[in-house]
Amino acid sequence: MLLMLTALSAISGLALITGFIFKEGLPIIAKVGLGDFIGSSDWYPSEGRFGILPMIAGSLEVTAGAMVIGVLFGLGCAVLLVDFVPPRAVSIIKPSIELLAGIPSVVYGFMGVVILVPFIRDYLGGPGLSVLAASIVLGIMVLPTVTSISVDALQAVPRAYREGSIALGATEWQTTHMVVLKAARSGIVAAVILGMGRAVGETMAVIMVAGNTIAVPHSILAPVRTLTSNIALEMGYASGDHRQALFATGVTLFVIIMILNTVALTVSRRRGRRAQGQ
Amino acid sequence: MKIHPHITQRLAVIAMWTLTASTLGVLLFIIAYILGHGLPYVTWSFLTESPKSMGREGGILPMIVGTIWVAGLAVALAAPIGVATAVYLTEYTREGRLTAVIRFGADCLAGIPSIIFGLFGFVFFAIYLGMGLSVISGALTLALMVLPTIIRTSEEAIRAVPHAYREVSYGLGSTRWQMVTQVVLKSAMPGIGTGIVLSIGRSISETAAVMLTAGSALGFPHSVLDSSRTMALHFYILSREGLSMTNAYATASVLILAILVINLAAYWLMRRFIAKVA
Repeated sequence: MLLMLTALSAISGLALITGFIFKEGLPIIAKVGLGDFIGSSDWYPSEGRFGILPMIAGSLEVTAGAMVIGVLFGLGCAVLLVDFVPPRAVSIIKPSIELLAGIPSVVYGFMGVVILVPFIRDYLGGPGLSVLAASIVLGIMVLPTVTSISVDALQAVPRAYREGSIALGATEWQTTHMVVLKAARSGIVAAVILGMGRAVGETMAVIMVAGNTIAVPHSILAPVRTLTSNIALEMGYASGDHRQALFATGVTLFVIIMILNTVALTVSRRRGRRAQGQ
Repeated sequence: MKIHPHITQRLAVIAMWTLTASTLGVLLFIIAYILGHGLPYVTWSFLTESPKSMGREGGILPMIVGTIWVAGLAVALAAPIGVATAVYLTEYTREGRLTAVIRFGADCLAGIPSIIFGLFGFVFFAIYLGMGLSVISGALTLALMVLPTIIRTSEEAIRAVPHAYREVSYGLGSTRWQMVTQVVLKSAMPGIGTGIVLSIGRSISETAAVMLTAGSALGFPHSVLDSSRTMALHFYILSREGLSMTNAYATASVLILAILVINLAAYWLMRRFIAKVA
């Protein structure tokens, strides 16, 4: 009985979080109006104008950029790990990628500031603090998530598929991209979506490298503010409606994350069912 | 023109190795860069003194103490609940609607960004429950954050314990509780330990959530109701406000060393676990 109660802790935690974030954030959305809140570009807390369109656009752009890098590198590592290297190399590469996941986000942000931002400013132009810088830093940060979930998905593809393909005369690479990647497709999709969730939700590293200007960015070299940065930057001194608006920013972020999570869970559950059916 | 499959194969392997090698290169570069710039300043007095003039000079002892308090308390709270949940899910119930709800809760909790945990901890623990910005608010928030990791890894570890162990235990006349505590948990311990150790790492690295819940006081926390600044947050403030680059690098080095030790410990425990159950 006691065990059952503790087992409900995670779901009650989730319920509490949802309840309190919405309770704090919804009133201001009701006051400003949902359309104005997510559709307006005017964020002037002192005048009571709260429009988070630039932050939504910022989060989406930065995440899209991060996924290009995270998926390319993450999937490359995963395929290599599962089918193309001997176990000895796996035992070095895999823990290294896990270590990459363990490095604090502030350290990533810091490295972005001292290495990447000056590089972009000097060689590509603009202020350096930009969509591009944030995308690269986030891409590296989501890579371990994409890799580890993709590795599980690729390993779940039955050996017989690979052997059948090789027996038909395909090369290892043909087997990989025509058979294995196709069979593991839904697992890889789940990996990408969960990686997206991490990129949308990351805060500290993005604050440090993105520049945080409130404007819809028109170039990848322009500075940008994301939903998460908006909360973390202003929470320290906000009060009243302003603080509620930051919670409402949290509500928006929360909804985006929940949609991504649900899609990822559904996709991977469908994969589980199909694997059982076979 | 048709390219021969063997050439495509070779090109693909080269491409994947390049992606993987650059990923590992980034990891090595980050570690070498931070330690190279910071280790010379990590002296005995840096580790054992309090900061002077906002951290421009002096050491980081209060931050080390604060980090140990917040992270230690978080994991001490989350570990028993997480392991109990895993025991319930694996040994005390059948798969059904309840387990589906519990798993859904844990999966969703795992995907929620740390800034949302921070907002929740701020409004719930610090304000609603009146704990203020304090060690305990920070620890409770982080406990919720690492709970899914502990549940998931413990569940996997418990499931990996061979079924025969359980049958033998029953055969010797033990009750279910005796079987769980003396046989299953004992064998699964290194696996559960991996999850716990990784959670300590995550708690130490976390910045956004502790910034909103534990505050940033520079002094020693004398009780769990005192505000305390963790190392990760101190590093963020030092570098962001340009207080002292040498102290920033030195703090980052201590953080990176802690993460390296933690990941090595997790890796070692995992190997022991695999050796034990296989």
